[in-house]
Amino acid sequence: MTTLDLHPAPRAASPAARIRNHGLTEAKLVMRNGEQLVLSLVVPIAILLGGRFVGDRVGLPLSMLAPSVLALAIWSTCFTSQAIQTGFERRYGVLERLAATPLGRSGLLAGKAMAYSLISTLQVVILVVVSLILGWRPAGSVIAWLPMLVSVILGMSAFSLFALALSGSLKAEATLALANVIYLAGLALGVMWPLKDYPGGLQAVVAVLPTTALGESLRAWGAGVTLWWPVLSLALWTVVLALISRKVFRWVS
Amino acid sequence: MCWPAARARICRSGPVAAGRTLSLVPEPEPLVIDDLHVTFGHVIALDGLSLVARQGQITAILGPNGAGKTTMMRCCTSLVCPDSGTVSVLGHPAGSPQAAEATGLMPQSAGAWVNIRAGELLHYMAGMYADPIAPELLIDVLGIRPFARTTYRRLSGGQQQSVNLAAAIIGRPRLVFLDEPTAGMDPHARHHTWDIIEQLRADGVSVVLTSHAMDEAARLADHIWIVDQGRVAIDGSVAELTAEASLEDVFLAHTSDRADSWDTPSSPSGRH
Repeated sequence: MTTLDLHPAPRAASPAARIRNHGLTEAKLVMRNGEQLVLSLVVPIAILLGGRFVGDRVGLPLSMLAPSVLALAIWSTCFTSQAIQTGFERRYGVLERLAATPLGRSGLLAGKAMAYSLISTLQVVILVVVSLILGWRPAGSVIAWLPMLVSVILGMSAFSLFALALSGSLKAEATLALANVIYLAGLALGVMWPLKDYPGGLQAVVAVLPTTALGESLRAWGAGVTLWWPVLSLALWTVVLALISRKVFRWVS
Repeated sequence: MCWPAARARICRSGPVAAGRTLSLVPEPEPLVIDDLHVTFGHVIALDGLSLVARQGQITAILGPNGAGKTTMMRCCTSLVCPDSGTVSVLGHPAGSPQAAEATGLMPQSAGAWVNIRAGELLHYMAGMYADPIAPELLIDVLGIRPFARTTYRRLSGGQQQSVNLAAAIIGRPRLVFLDEPTAGMDPHARHHTWDIIEQLRADGVSVVLTSHAMDEAARLADHIWIVDQGRVAIDGSVAELTAEASLEDVFLAHTSDRADSWDTPSSPSGRH
């Protein structure tokens, strides 16, 4: 039998290598999960098909639904999936093990950011292709791309931090239930419908939500409009949610 | 108690080291826990725990369920912040990058994503280190090959423990924490694990393990600390502790029976 040489020689990999290692592993594990696939692709594609065939009759044309669905994909992956995955990582002691490795806490957060950004980006690419096949033609405006891209990055960050705040402070089952309820609430409040369609009183509330900021940013880009206020809103949300998650996140439940 | 002597020697190590050649500079003890207090609400988990693990030795920490062993382990990886007291891991604060780099942890049960394959978990752990033990070598030597492609949740308790042991040593650590390393293992796997733990010591790795198995502690440990109600009840070498009674009798005499203590006001949860 081969024998092991167990003489101590600990040497951590570089921070970049550790983050890449974690990000790729977590992305692979999340994508292996069947429910995740339904949430991240099947639901948005069903909405796109609905928009293509009956959207015009109910006032939700594909030109508006397609960018909304991109916001939905980012919302479902960065918030819902990440909250549920992290909740169970706490429950099963994964974080307990990882806390004792050279990955470190900031490495774990950066690795998670990488994993969910990767999955979201992949989703967005697939959904853009499906939308184009279904006949979506986004209005072309070079300058409108800039606030949209910044909003997408900030939206991914804010939703991820929200997921960590929730999953890092509640039990796994409570996170599972609440993350799904909040997913549906976000879908109704800002992700899918344009802000102008909400009634007066509700509009003021919906306007400040991060889900609205990302949805409006993508819809404006789809229409070729350059919209900057969502960038400011999402930047503020990112800061607030970072402070909250740093305060409430616990590594073991 | 060994503790005050150990502390005195560590405190002197600076000035003493300055007057000697480098080879005689004493390395910091791998684990020094000093007067640790941890409470969760009204429950006192650690109540002045102090102990030390020595370089190149196997240190066993025994105690009944609820004695504070897992909380102690969590303080060592900085998952739990003590109310007061200090933990020094290889001369560094618990949770520091220097401590994390040179420490291996075998958590008690679970500790992995449910849908990761055993082999994948080891490749993932290896990816955290610049010069790890080759995962495939560990998979062969620790008998993991037959279930290397099985997802973690489908492994038996003993198989999970084998994977966890491999993950704890893959980064060539100076110090390993093994939380009940042979729980759920069949006798073959148990003896195999003991061989690995003894080889770790032979190769100069310091080992801190918790256990409920008295035979395991008696066979492996250079020093045993028996913990009860969040503090050390008694400690010594196996020979010292078993001079007049078996290790199990010493354990029973120095630890509280939770079934009894639940009815008495002196139980941990009864103290505020």
